[in-house]
Amino acid sequence: MYKYDKLDQQIVDERVAQYRDQTRRYLAGELTDDEFRPLRLQNGLYIQRHAPMLRIAVPYGMLSSRQLRKLGDISKKYDKDYGHFSTRQNLQLNWPKLEDTPEILAELATVEMHAIQTSGNCIRNITTDQFAGIAPDEVIDPRAMAEIMRQWSTFHPEFALLPRKFKIAVSGTKHDRAVVQAHDIGMEFYTDSAGKLAIKVWVGGGLGRTPILGSVIREHLEWQHALTYCEAIIRVYNLHGRRDNIYKARIKILVKALGIDEFKKQVEAEWAHLKDAPNTITEAELARVDKHFGEFNYEQLPAHDASFDAAVASNPAFAAWAKRSLHAHKKAGYRAVTLSLKPHGKAPGDATSEQMHVVADLAEKYSFGELRVSHEQNLILADVKLGDLFALWEIARANGLATPNIGLLTDMICCPGGDVCSLANAKSIPIAQAIQMQFDNLDYLHDIGELELNISGCMNACGHHHVGHIGILGIDKDGSEWYQVTIGGKQGNDASIGAVIGPSFAAAEMPSVIQKLIDVYVKERTDEERFIDTVRRLGVAPFKAHVYAKNEVAA
Amino acid sequence: MSNLIQLKDDIASVVEDEWAIVQLPASQAEQRVLAGKVVLFKLTGEQTVTPEQIAGTEIPATGKIIVPLSVYLAKKIAPATRMDIGSQGIWLDTHETLESLIEAVGDINKLPIIAIHVERFADGRIFSLGTLLRTRYGYKNELRAFGDVLRDQLFFLKRSGFTSFQIRADRSAEDALASLNDFTAPYQGAVDEPRPVFQRYNRAN
Repeated sequence: MYKYDKLDQQIVDERVAQYRDQTRRYLAGELTDDEFRPLRLQNGLYIQRHAPMLRIAVPYGMLSSRQLRKLGDISKKYDKDYGHFSTRQNLQLNWPKLEDTPEILAELATVEMHAIQTSGNCIRNITTDQFAGIAPDEVIDPRAMAEIMRQWSTFHPEFALLPRKFKIAVSGTKHDRAVVQAHDIGMEFYTDSAGKLAIKVWVGGGLGRTPILGSVIREHLEWQHALTYCEAIIRVYNLHGRRDNIYKARIKILVKALGIDEFKKQVEAEWAHLKDAPNTITEAELARVDKHFGEFNYEQLPAHDASFDAAVASNPAFAAWAKRSLHAHKKAGYRAVTLSLKPHGKAPGDATSEQMHVVADLAEKYSFGELRVSHEQNLILADVKLGDLFALWEIARANGLATPNIGLLTDMICCPGGDVCSLANAKSIPIAQAIQMQFDNLDYLHDIGELELNISGCMNACGHHHVGHIGILGIDKDGSEWYQVTIGGKQGNDASIGAVIGPSFAAAEMPSVIQKLIDVYVKERTDEERFIDTVRRLGVAPFKAHVYAKNEVAA
Repeated sequence: MSNLIQLKDDIASVVEDEWAIVQLPASQAEQRVLAGKVVLFKLTGEQTVTPEQIAGTEIPATGKIIVPLSVYLAKKIAPATRMDIGSQGIWLDTHETLESLIEAVGDINKLPIIAIHVERFADGRIFSLGTLLRTRYGYKNELRAFGDVLRDQLFFLKRSGFTSFQIRADRSAEDALASLNDFTAPYQGAVDEPRPVFQRYNRAN
């Protein structure tokens, strides 16, 4: 993974000094709340219901064992012994003290980490596919470009105070796993007909209050121009995006108001001036950064491993885990492993300080000392030999990291919700826990099969509810918490936004509502159909009819 | 005491202000909040200058002055007189367009100073306006930020081509000087240093 040189280190060190002084001035009364807000936000610090929340950047989801240990130590020292991995591959601490945040940032800087631009109206952490670099269907490893974009976007002076937050995702696979269409800018890398690296650029996607999938603004962009083209897009947005209404301020609203053709015209006119400017990426720079993401020293292994096959055959619990948690690897004899942060009855995405240390050790022992955070809020060990999997599983299981539910109903995406977040209308974690307990039978869970259930506690959509096969949105009605249900949302190349099934429900009704949706699916499905396929074939009607049926008489 | 920071040959200092900014009189008209019409995006929810304000603007007869773009465009002042002797500049608000300035002035380097008024410090349009004046329109003279100008935005303003900063009256310009040097070697190319870090340093190791 990318290692800092002295220039990178100098920037994070100078940031710590800058933020330490800003915090000092705030505490001394030299900065008002309003003046300090954008400063602390651009350093990931929210003021929440009970305490501040600090969001630590995990650039494109990559972590080393050393960094994860530091995160574990910080969670222990400054928080309540746990952290929350978010849907944008970052780590959130829910209970730090404001006075401690400069010290936390100083500690992060010692392991080449920071909280720069993890919040606020600026370019946020650049996200990508959690299987980057090892996926068999990968065309381009997007991480070098993601790192180049991270550096370019860090303290970009022209875009320091945009109308609203700005999220960029990059992907280098045929099957999109980075949800590029749901971002302000999405970049899909591919090899063009001349055999060169090219980019398909999407713009104006986003979830939140007004969910919209992005539009293609350019089918073919040569990679050298990635930064200048983004500058053209963001300049048009910076100048013309709305600043009078926070709910109308995202770029998607501007793109929709102008229409993609007019927006593209303005961007291209701007880019005519910016093309080939000094921010054009050089071959040498791409090569320099790319070296950091070079292949590990893989062993030449056969495609099968006798000890692994034997363990699968003799141990049903291991077999069930292996079936859900392993992912194909471009190298024979290797697998990527997802460690579940969704044990039933716990807050999705949470990891204790001790678990962080365990995962750091596992990564060091079995996966070249690196790991990734997925936007589904799990941890990935990307390079594990088949022969090591059983030993890895035993340790993961002993530490609550091996629930065999990856990709199933209980592997849900969930925001922190109203328990801690001051934006939320409703709690989300207790809903997630109640649903997990309703579907706690593993055989039944596996029978239901692949299903993505996403929960957001408010329409800011941190839990990506619009693109969940089942989406749950917390809403506030006259001061009490209600939940609206959508079905038919999907991420990926054929992304779609879910449809609302009808009036919302009270918290206590939610497990049985989900149960009824599943009942319709189990009854109606054909052999090959996943839940999403059945919803797409039948539409919302039969699901709605069953969920809202009154006084059904048991047969 | 002056609260003006000026950059000269990369050295920043607090200096006396030789320019007087001509203000528009307060509007009597009710603030118009326009609907989100496409062409009016820039104006959405923002005050526009009324003819009464323009008519009521008082221009001092002598001294170096910076006049509002709207007043200049209304031809209240003959453009040739003061500008040619270097004693008149123009200021604009962040929602006004540079195109109208360029069209009216022609050679903008005739202007000894352009100032941009930022009503709220969080309004980042000022950075794009500065960048465009320097890179697109080749403006070479003094570029000033005034209004809600605070020290924590100075580094970005400097990188966007601004060379003088009228710090908000209730804050110390002396204290603010330090923030112009928050970062030694920024990553990306911008107005003050067009080359990105990978063009400036050998980062091979």
